Amino acid sequence: MSRVLGRIFVASLARRRLATALSLVAIALGVALGLAVQIIHGAALDEFGRGMRLLSGEADLQVSGAREGFDDALYGRLAMRDEVADASPIVELEVRLPGHERSLRILGVDALRVAHVHPALMPRVAEASRDDDGALAALQPDTLFLSAAAQAELGVAPGDRLDVLAGTRVASLRVAGSVPGAGQGRALAVMDIAAAQQLFGRSGRITRIDLRLKAGVDVAAARSALAAGLPAGVEVLTPRAAEQLAAGLSRAYRVNLTMLAAIALVTGGFLVFSTQFLAVARRRQEFAFLRALGLDRGTLMRGLLVEGAVVGFAGGVLGVALGHGFAAIAFDVAGGDLGAGYFRGVTPALRVDLPASGTYLLLGVLAGVAGAWLPAREARRMLPARALKSGDEARMFQFRPQPRRAAACLGGAVALCLLPPLGGVPVFGYLAVALILVGAVLILPMLVRGATRIAPRHRQALWRLAGARLAAAPGQAVVAGAGVVASVALAVAMAIMVASFRDSVDRWLTAVLPADLYVSASPQGTSGVLDPGALQRIAALPGVTRTMPVRFDTLRLDDRHLPVSLIARPLDGGRLLPLVGQSVPPPAGERPAWVSEALADLFALGVGGRLVLPLGGQPVAFRVAGVWRDYARQQGAVAIELADYRAATGDLAANDVGVFLAHGASFEEIAAAVRGILGENTVRIASPGEIRAQSLAIFDRTFLVTYLMEAVAVLIGLFGVSTSFAVLAIARRKEFGVLRHLGMTRPEVGRLITLEGVLTAAAGTTLGLVAGTAVAFVLIEVVNRQSFHWSMDLQVPFGGLLAFAGAVIVLAGLAARVSGFQAMRGSAVLAVREDW
Amino acid sequence: MFEIDDLKKGFGSAGTSVLFAGLSLRVQRGECVAIMGESGVGKSTLLNCMAGLESVDGGSIRLDGTELVGLGDEALAGLRRHRFGFVFQAFHILPHLDVAQNVALPLWLLDADDARADRCARAMLERVGLLDRAGDWPRELSGGELQRVAIARALVHRPSLVLADEPTGNLDPGRAAGVLDLLLECIRDAGAMGILVTHSRTAALRADRILRLSPGGLLPEAVST
Ligand SMILES: Nc1ncnc2c1ncn2[C@@H]1O[C@H](COP(=O)(O)OP(=O)(O)O)[C@@H](O)[C@H]1O
Ligand SMILES: [Mg+2]
Repeated sequence: MSRVLGRIFVASLARRRLATALSLVAIALGVALGLAVQIIHGAALDEFGRGMRLLSGEADLQVSGAREGFDDALYGRLAMRDEVADASPIVELEVRLPGHERSLRILGVDALRVAHVHPALMPRVAEASRDDDGALAALQPDTLFLSAAAQAELGVAPGDRLDVLAGTRVASLRVAGSVPGAGQGRALAVMDIAAAQQLFGRSGRITRIDLRLKAGVDVAAARSALAAGLPAGVEVLTPRAAEQLAAGLSRAYRVNLTMLAAIALVTGGFLVFSTQFLAVARRRQEFAFLRALGLDRGTLMRGLLVEGAVVGFAGGVLGVALGHGFAAIAFDVAGGDLGAGYFRGVTPALRVDLPASGTYLLLGVLAGVAGAWLPAREARRMLPARALKSGDEARMFQFRPQPRRAAACLGGAVALCLLPPLGGVPVFGYLAVALILVGAVLILPMLVRGATRIAPRHRQALWRLAGARLAAAPGQAVVAGAGVVASVALAVAMAIMVASFRDSVDRWLTAVLPADLYVSASPQGTSGVLDPGALQRIAALPGVTRTMPVRFDTLRLDDRHLPVSLIARPLDGGRLLPLVGQSVPPPAGERPAWVSEALADLFALGVGGRLVLPLGGQPVAFRVAGVWRDYARQQGAVAIELADYRAATGDLAANDVGVFLAHGASFEEIAAAVRGILGENTVRIASPGEIRAQSLAIFDRTFLVTYLMEAVAVLIGLFGVSTSFAVLAIARRKEFGVLRHLGMTRPEVGRLITLEGVLTAAAGTTLGLVAGTAVAFVLIEVVNRQSFHWSMDLQVPFGGLLAFAGAVIVLAGLAARVSGFQAMRGSAVLAVREDW
Repeated sequence: MFEIDDLKKGFGSAGTSVLFAGLSLRVQRGECVAIMGESGVGKSTLLNCMAGLESVDGGSIRLDGTELVGLGDEALAGLRRHRFGFVFQAFHILPHLDVAQNVALPLWLLDADDARADRCARAMLERVGLLDRAGDWPRELSGGELQRVAIARALVHRPSLVLADEPTGNLDPGRAAGVLDLLLECIRDAGAMGILVTHSRTAALRADRILRLSPGGLLPEAVST
């Protein structure tokens, strides 16, 4: 057996080197992409989790609420509880630094408590600062401690001073030492909690309380006991649950990329299929002969499967090596979230992931074996006596039309689209995409057959030959064309989706940026604020007709979801929001709230539903007046009228303010005036155009990796087309030889091959366009809806798609032509030689 | 009239291995010539030279006055399309065309319209006794039947010269005789010339002349009748 395997089966791979190499490369790319995504996200998640664990220290439970925090009286109450051994209050702030793009995370801790719960956050006083106050430096109000990474990034050392923005004021703090426990690569600062509250205007408010329970206390029981007495909007979670919630935010994105890698891998498997299928057709007489000599069916089938496995294994090994390389490059270029922004500030380290490598190697082998499966079964079923006759391989290519199966696939796809996601992942949506592709491939033979029937009767021998061939052996068109269908469909789907998405985002940005000038004290979720005085002075500037202050917060609505964003600003009854559908005003006396699509999905809310928001420590009831589109906050957002917010909280500050300019007022002059009021470098001032351009740039960066992986999958598919043509052309050398004997010139045979390639590709492309549009629809309406909870308007870039389709057809014709040329390189005499 | 004069052919650089030199042959309209010879002596190569599929090192080949030596690929292909017919040992019937389409193929290559191509193909199939198989696929036919299809294909476009290389080499003796008779009859009926290479003496005996190929050239074989 092993000798037969080596001599007959595996050795045959070496005989068709080009096809084998292409299949191998395709599998390697699939494995590499999948593994790289896995390694990168694995490392980023690990690091992310480590960061969160560092911050939670030895806490058994964490009490947290809105970003703006909650009343610190709760700390005293919880610290007294019987179950609690230690309680550590924290104020967590993302503070802007004047003149710096990046912000600094400052943790205000209680120096006496932190040692028991968060030993890693213990500040260490630098020698230089020690002389006068000694260890008590930690309690000094104007000092802070920087982790090594933060010192390096900001270029300061203990003893230096660091400017930070408190509201819109600049405060100067002394760097008194370091935070040795923070470890490598984590930039953070620690300071006294009271000092932080005072400095940043958070008197009496904290954002988190970490609890260590007494020995023997059941965590779950303690959690429910503590939860009962918490004010509105404050929840108690185990650090593990908090970590899982946070990691869950990026899950859909990670699954999405893994799916794209899987598509590349499946395309690789498909390539193995088409080359093996054609090879089996070509070697049919050889196999029949071997069977006649006494080789049994099982060995034959196994031998062919081993061929596939060998290609898969080699591709897998190459892919694992490539995958680590890709991951290393991606870390350098895009960071741990591949540029999508989920793990900002996390700098994970690359390492060899053995279990993942093993898994992906196995997947490579599986792809190879799966690709070899159908051809091997075909060879196993063959009747040697018949197969010994030449021309019997045509039987393999007859491909009975399977309208039932095609219909079943498409029907199944529709049904799957109606199912809800599994664990937030649109599993059924992805399956529907797969079924659409399979259905399209099943339709291909019918389409080819139908097309040859209705095609005009041509007198030219070329057309007759090509037509007769496609009609009699649509299977060949399928093998060569299925790659076209799949890659065109994927490319088309992606193009439509991205065009729709980008267009929708663009229009959304226009809708959410109605003002002429934006002043932001808290870009990217930092904790800067504009006080009421500043707001008034901006509103009073000459040339300003109207201002639109915006207050942001994040609110915890329950303990099963991440905190959602609160946006309080003048909304004009919802008219200033990018609404989906109508805004329905609430009954008199009730407050309206407009929820984002994500919030509506995640909390199962509809228009007219009741929504309770914890504002100012109190539950405040709202009525959902409408749903709006939000591409910025995947965990959900709720917009309320600023007046309602102020009434409920008494908080008159704002984070941003949109400024409407009088006719003729200049942007530059107003911007300068605002800077005059607030000081240089304290706020970011931008025009809606700038914000839009920036946002679209971020959008493009987020999808860059997606595009790249998509491009690879499409490339592999087109590879497949040329391999199929190459193998087909070699298998048909004899036929070309006969045609040359019968008086066809080489160029004529070349034209025949090109024509067949073009016809096949045209059928495949047509089907690919249709299937791709269907897939795009599923991506938009199911996959994106379920993954990210955002909707978009379908937008088909017709011109680009037609150009792409034309290019694919031309390329396929060229590929066929080139491979045909290779097949004809030998003389016609040699081609028919065996018996001449 | 098919004329070969002083033909020289060898393989390898500078004709290191000469297969034949000074070879001459005359075939008249309506005449069938059998060529015999040891295996490897160059019979197939000679047929290929005659069809312009193999280059020659010297000499001349003329079909009805047209010189083949020195013609370009295009012109040779045109000549084959119009004036040559081929019968191969392994039939080489294209598997994805049905029987009638295979026979009509040479007419397609001559841009005949469908109706005429079909009519001629059917007439030819009737001639070889396979009209009832016109719509079948090649794989449904036996070897003898396939070779009859090949004969029909070789003659459907009324060529002047039919070249057959061991046309019965893949057939059992009983069937071989019938197929060979059919081939020769068809060639004679059409007033064409036939050159067939064969190993079988009984087959050769049905031709008008037997020649033996040797490195010295084509020598008449004594036929004891
Ligand atoms: N393309 C080629 N290159 C080199 N030698 C060849 C080629 N074709 C045929 N030959 C040699 O020419 C000789 C004659 O071959 P062939 O015409 O097939 O013989 P026959 O048909 O008489 O058995 C053989 O020795 C063969 O090895
Ligand atoms: Mg021979």
